[in-house]
Amino acid sequence: MTFQPIKFYQTGSFVVGNRLLGENLRTVQSDIARSDSLTLGHRACQGCGEALGARYALDAAMRATGNKILATNATGCLEVFTTPYPETSWQIPWLHSVFGNTAAVATGMAAALRVKGREDIRVVAQAGDGGTEDIGFGCLSGMFERNDDVLFICYDNQAYMNTGVQRSGATPPAVRTATTEAVGSHPGNVFGQGKNLPQIAMAHEIPYVATATVAELHDLEAKVEKAMSMRGARYLHILVPCPLGWGSDPSATIKIARLAKETGLFPVFEAESGEVTGVSKIRHRLPVESYLSEQRRYAHLFKPVENREVLDRIQAMADRNVRRFGLLEEEVANNTPREQ
Amino acid sequence: MLEQIEGSRAVAKAVALCRPEVVCAYPISPQTHIVEALGVLVKTGELSPCEFINVESEFAAMSVAIGASATGGRAYTATASQGLLFMIEAIYNAAGLGLPIVMTLANRAIGAPINIWNDHSDAMAVRDSGWIQLFAETNQDAVDLHIQAFRLAEEISMPVMVCMDGFILTHAVEEVDTPSQGQVDAFLPKFVPRQVLDVDDPVSIGAMVGPEAFSEVRYLAHAKQLQAKEKIPGISREFELIFGHPAGGLVNGYRLENADTVVVAMGSLLGTIKDAVDDLAEEGKKVGVLGITTFRPFPLEEVYAYLSEARRVVTIEKAFAVGMGGILATDVATSLNRVRIDQYSVIAGLGGRAITKASVRSLLEDAIDDRLEPLTFLDLDHELVEREITRMRESKRSGPTAENLIRDAQLKKFSRTQRDG
Repeated sequence: MTFQPIKFYQTGSFVVGNRLLGENLRTVQSDIARSDSLTLGHRACQGCGEALGARYALDAAMRATGNKILATNATGCLEVFTTPYPETSWQIPWLHSVFGNTAAVATGMAAALRVKGREDIRVVAQAGDGGTEDIGFGCLSGMFERNDDVLFICYDNQAYMNTGVQRSGATPPAVRTATTEAVGSHPGNVFGQGKNLPQIAMAHEIPYVATATVAELHDLEAKVEKAMSMRGARYLHILVPCPLGWGSDPSATIKIARLAKETGLFPVFEAESGEVTGVSKIRHRLPVESYLSEQRRYAHLFKPVENREVLDRIQAMADRNVRRFGLLEEEVANNTPREQ
Repeated sequence: MLEQIEGSRAVAKAVALCRPEVVCAYPISPQTHIVEALGVLVKTGELSPCEFINVESEFAAMSVAIGASATGGRAYTATASQGLLFMIEAIYNAAGLGLPIVMTLANRAIGAPINIWNDHSDAMAVRDSGWIQLFAETNQDAVDLHIQAFRLAEEISMPVMVCMDGFILTHAVEEVDTPSQGQVDAFLPKFVPRQVLDVDDPVSIGAMVGPEAFSEVRYLAHAKQLQAKEKIPGISREFELIFGHPAGGLVNGYRLENADTVVVAMGSLLGTIKDAVDDLAEEGKKVGVLGITTFRPFPLEEVYAYLSEARRVVTIEKAFAVGMGGILATDVATSLNRVRIDQYSVIAGLGGRAITKASVRSLLEDAIDDRLEPLTFLDLDHELVEREITRMRESKRSGPTAENLIRDAQLKKFSRTQRDG
């Protein structure tokens, strides 16, 4: 009798089906008793990565704390699509103040809980990349610096989607947005600007910093659970593809999030007190084109003629991430397409 | 207890007696002494339980207060001037959400040109935000109004701003009767929030509202202010019963009986005006004073009741609407739109310019003789202004105004010393 090796993940996805796992290893999302913190009926676009990310993260946080979560939210898509009058999709206590103050609002919530001796109740703050990296940055840095007991989650879709896809500090180079149009001699967003928030968070030496994508549910949930097991300021940066802003197929959200990681453009890692403690290795390294070509925001790099120079520069960014974070297993590293 | 104490420290003591649970601090003159003193009280444990949070901006200060208040904590902060403007988005938000935050505003001018001294431009910049605005005439007033502010804020679930003149009050040492903890506890019940983030009863606070209901939500903010106007006199009476002296209320009259001329003003300026009015009374001139304690909600009916019999009304205020004129004067005029009374608007004390008794007296004499212009800038150096206007007319590139004025003023001083020497 010959043995055929069984792969415990779906081909191409590297995702282990819950049915193959023991009860204790299954995802929160597979649990019929999950809290559905962000329940159905909201008005997100088809294929919205942020809606997925928020539900994954908050349900995991709810389970980790015995359903004792207060959430706050910056202005943005998530706030708008979850609470259009006269409905709300939030099944948990939820507060929206303004765009740029979410981290400070969360500080106030945690402070009130501490005074009342209710530190069993935990605070989660949420914002998009604009509310995190740009307008909310001052308050976020202040919260980090004071090490307030808040988990701040950035749902990064790399532009201001709610206002119609304008560039943010998290928009990658060459991306076409409404304020970095694909015109002129250097189409799309410029190189060499923007900022790496996870690394800035690490520079504050807060207890926990992690990145994740909506493609790896186990990883994302484990990071939320770990974050909730700690006290102090914690930061989780989740890459959430936006079909509208990225010009991608709504059915390809998970695939694109996975490609962001597998190409090395979005390093998935975790860090404690400023030191990287874990890296999610690339399983099958792919050239950046495989990720970029799925998105119309990069269409100008391929048509009417391929812009090799820009593609090479983006590949160099991925290569740098691979080196900097050690994203490759040694044996895999030897036959990757672009590593020299 | 009667004691000689700096205004800021007296206010800090009064705020501490109100048992705030979250105090956020960001330094800006002339408010700093208040939060510094509160920081000491929290660190020594005299104010406990309380979280004292050093934030990174005024915008964060108000935002922390919003988060704390929505989580059921009694929240307090203090600011002034540029700081108030920096937090203005959160100011409107706190009012829109209906969160009973109390804030001291140590009134100070707004730049440019940068100026740390007192006027009321900061308070006026947020007069339409939905916050209740109370103005203290003395440090005793400031202490008493803070205690009433927490009570009022929590009764109607709206934020309250206690305005006290920067430096003139905040840094002045004078006799203040600071109350006891027992008195404050008898007056101010435990905070029971109208809305709270509660894991056992989840609500969404700050949901989006479109045209379907936005007018209604905004009208309710107005209705709450009207409700405040009804409650304030009662709160003031109850305060007097417990603390033994009157304080607060909507307006406060002085020598109003048979007054032909009534001066309307807010804040510490009232003291100077009352002194000038006393002098005029000795000469048989019938001048009274109406102090506005509650500026928002504006006491339209009460102002009418006190002023409708007067022959003329002179409103003196430390701020103005650029391109329009007096702000308080406009509100007073709205109160009096049913009657024909001569009204004068006087802008005074901008950026800390001293308002002397002599200046007030001379302008009141002009008013009594009906010689005052409808809009007067008290003690304005017309020569300095004219020179800059001429310069701007003559050259497109006339340079920075503040620097020009400084240079002109120095030249003027120099030529005067040359002449006198």
